[in-house]
Amino acid sequence: MTKYKMHILVCGGTGCRASASDSITEGLKQTIQDNNLQDEVQVIETGCFGFCEKGPIVKILPDNTFYTEVTPEDTEEIVNEHIIKGRQVDRLLYKDPEQDKRIKDSKDMDFYKKQIRIALKNCGFIDPENIDEYIARDGYLAMGKCLKEMSQQDVINQIKDSGLRGRGGGGFPAGLKWEFAYKNESDQKYVVCNADEGDPGAFMDRSILEGDPHSVLEAMAICGYSTGADKGLIYIRAEYPLAIKRLKIAIKQAREYGLLGENIFGTDFNFDIQLRYGAGAFVCGEETALIHSMEGERGEPTFKPPFPAESGYLGKPTNVNNVETYANVPVIINKGADWFSKIGTEKSTGTKVFALAGKVNNVGLVEVPMGTTLREVIFEIGGGIKDGKKFKSVQTGGPSGGCLTEKDLDTPIDFDNLLAAGSMMGSGGMIVMDEDDCMVSVAKFYLEFTVEESCGKCSPCRIGNKRLYELLDRITKGKAEMKDLQRLKNMCNVIADTSLCGLGQTAPNPILSTMKNFWDEYVAHVEDKQCPAGSCKDLMRYEIIPENCVGCTACARACPVGCISGERKQVHEIDQDKCIKCGACMKACKFDAVTIK
Amino acid sequence: MEDLKKHKEELQGKVNLRERADHPESYVQIKVGMATSGIASGAKEVMDFLVEALEKRNIEAVVTQAGDMGYSFAEPTIEVTKPGEEPVVFGYVDTKKADEIIEKYIKKGELVDGIIPQNYRTIDDE
Repeated sequence: MTKYKMHILVCGGTGCRASASDSITEGLKQTIQDNNLQDEVQVIETGCFGFCEKGPIVKILPDNTFYTEVTPEDTEEIVNEHIIKGRQVDRLLYKDPEQDKRIKDSKDMDFYKKQIRIALKNCGFIDPENIDEYIARDGYLAMGKCLKEMSQQDVINQIKDSGLRGRGGGGFPAGLKWEFAYKNESDQKYVVCNADEGDPGAFMDRSILEGDPHSVLEAMAICGYSTGADKGLIYIRAEYPLAIKRLKIAIKQAREYGLLGENIFGTDFNFDIQLRYGAGAFVCGEETALIHSMEGERGEPTFKPPFPAESGYLGKPTNVNNVETYANVPVIINKGADWFSKIGTEKSTGTKVFALAGKVNNVGLVEVPMGTTLREVIFEIGGGIKDGKKFKSVQTGGPSGGCLTEKDLDTPIDFDNLLAAGSMMGSGGMIVMDEDDCMVSVAKFYLEFTVEESCGKCSPCRIGNKRLYELLDRITKGKAEMKDLQRLKNMCNVIADTSLCGLGQTAPNPILSTMKNFWDEYVAHVEDKQCPAGSCKDLMRYEIIPENCVGCTACARACPVGCISGERKQVHEIDQDKCIKCGACMKACKFDAVTIK
Repeated sequence: MEDLKKHKEELQGKVNLRERADHPESYVQIKVGMATSGIASGAKEVMDFLVEALEKRNIEAVVTQAGDMGYSFAEPTIEVTKPGEEPVVFGYVDTKKADEIIEKYIKKGELVDGIIPQNYRTIDDE
């Protein structure tokens, strides 16, 4: 049935295209044609291989040969040597930088070891609405193993030994949390899954719930067994209708199979799971606020201690973990704590899922071992910056995190390193920014978010963050003075020190980190009344260059507010007081006579 | 527990048959990435089209939905596994592309533009 004996895949990603992958495709096609091989060999363009640094990439199937840094001049040699004579072109093979040897089969390349899917193991592979597909991929085997072969303490020890830390942001060791809940005696305990994913641009948890809901159910049951709880609750925001639908189907199917309910696997262990819906308040991702919201109270945090492990839902011991944390649990039980702890770094084991977004070519989900550098994630897996622009900053940790720069790109990503660099892991949102992004505006965006999401219970957060926002607004409008920058900094520190919960304590982080890394940009806004990235509208001026203006009146006719005056064939002028900076004049001018200052 | 293991083996047999499929008579398997991002970019129409078109053209295939494959930049994405072959992921699939995939890849074994190379390991590789 297959017509072609060989396929030549040429990377058509943005990076490779920029280095002439188009002409390589053409060249290969031509040479194939010249040798009359068009019926046996097919040349095809693919999506990004994610190895843009060594592009353009050419891969030959079926033998998996991987050529890097190919030029249009190499095409003839590839066809003559490899395709016709069956000899690999050694000099184009990828050279492993550590072993200094050329790699013949791309499956042996380190690059393919950069991503490993643990939490996303089934995501995109199985039908999430069919429990059989989950079971076929070892689903519920871990739960069986726990119930039949392991004591409660055994399970807790496995999780402790694995080094698994909470993936929701704080990075607290999950095994310890479980142990606290286990040791607190009570007639009733609860297991809660925090699916209140709220960071702007983050969608890891949603994808897991939509793609592999049973892994979370199984892990919650395992947690229930080890801590002594028989009720599980998933707190999920109502804005995730598809995830809710698939969870409901999954719970129903698990009950039908006897994997949830009473006497699971013929033991005396009972466990059932219900859903609780949130209205999408960011603060409800904080575990005490989440619990209050589930109880029907206002979604406001309370002081810890007492921790939920002592007094949580309805005053009973409660273990709260995030979706991704749970998704790792069945794999740890099946593969062993030892296996898991060898992945990642010493203090942050395993992998982390990131939702890569912003000005990066391959927007999407990425799961890498802890300790991978930001550079590898953004420039290799992410395929680099869109439209060949220059990298400026990457924001991690959402509104609680910070902006990292060029100098941090080689920092291995783990909980502690990101904190030390002035950001944080957070839940895994990773927003990439290029030279066109104004860092003051970015800080303002996050503050606007926190002001909106502050629950209003404590004054530093309720009032202080509002003041921070107003100061930033003045800076972006060119109305601030240098002493405002000092005030901004002081207030940030006070708010961080005195707020009640994580939301307020971390809200100033986007300001502090941008001030630290982009101080010049703040100063430019204040002293020169200029926005170096050219994005703050209030600091922009459209002006007419008299030498270029021929007086065609095109700009005056395009201006929606009529602020451009001038006679025909005379130099025109823009009234800055009336100008709304829409840019219509610049688009209309055919003589490059309108400029932004 | 034993039941589960037995059930798993049975199911694995079934899935293996689909995935490895050294029997020429076994099906082409297509997975459509149907997470929120996929659906928002039109995965549902693509899935409906595939089911209908494959039936009309008498191609024995199983079309199932799956979660997010992680390639948000190239949604909708589908994975096609032909009997005895490695799975291939195609990105930017609209109904026109889906038609091309059926006609060229599934019927004739020609690859079409827009393949997304796999760039990760799974836990089974370890």
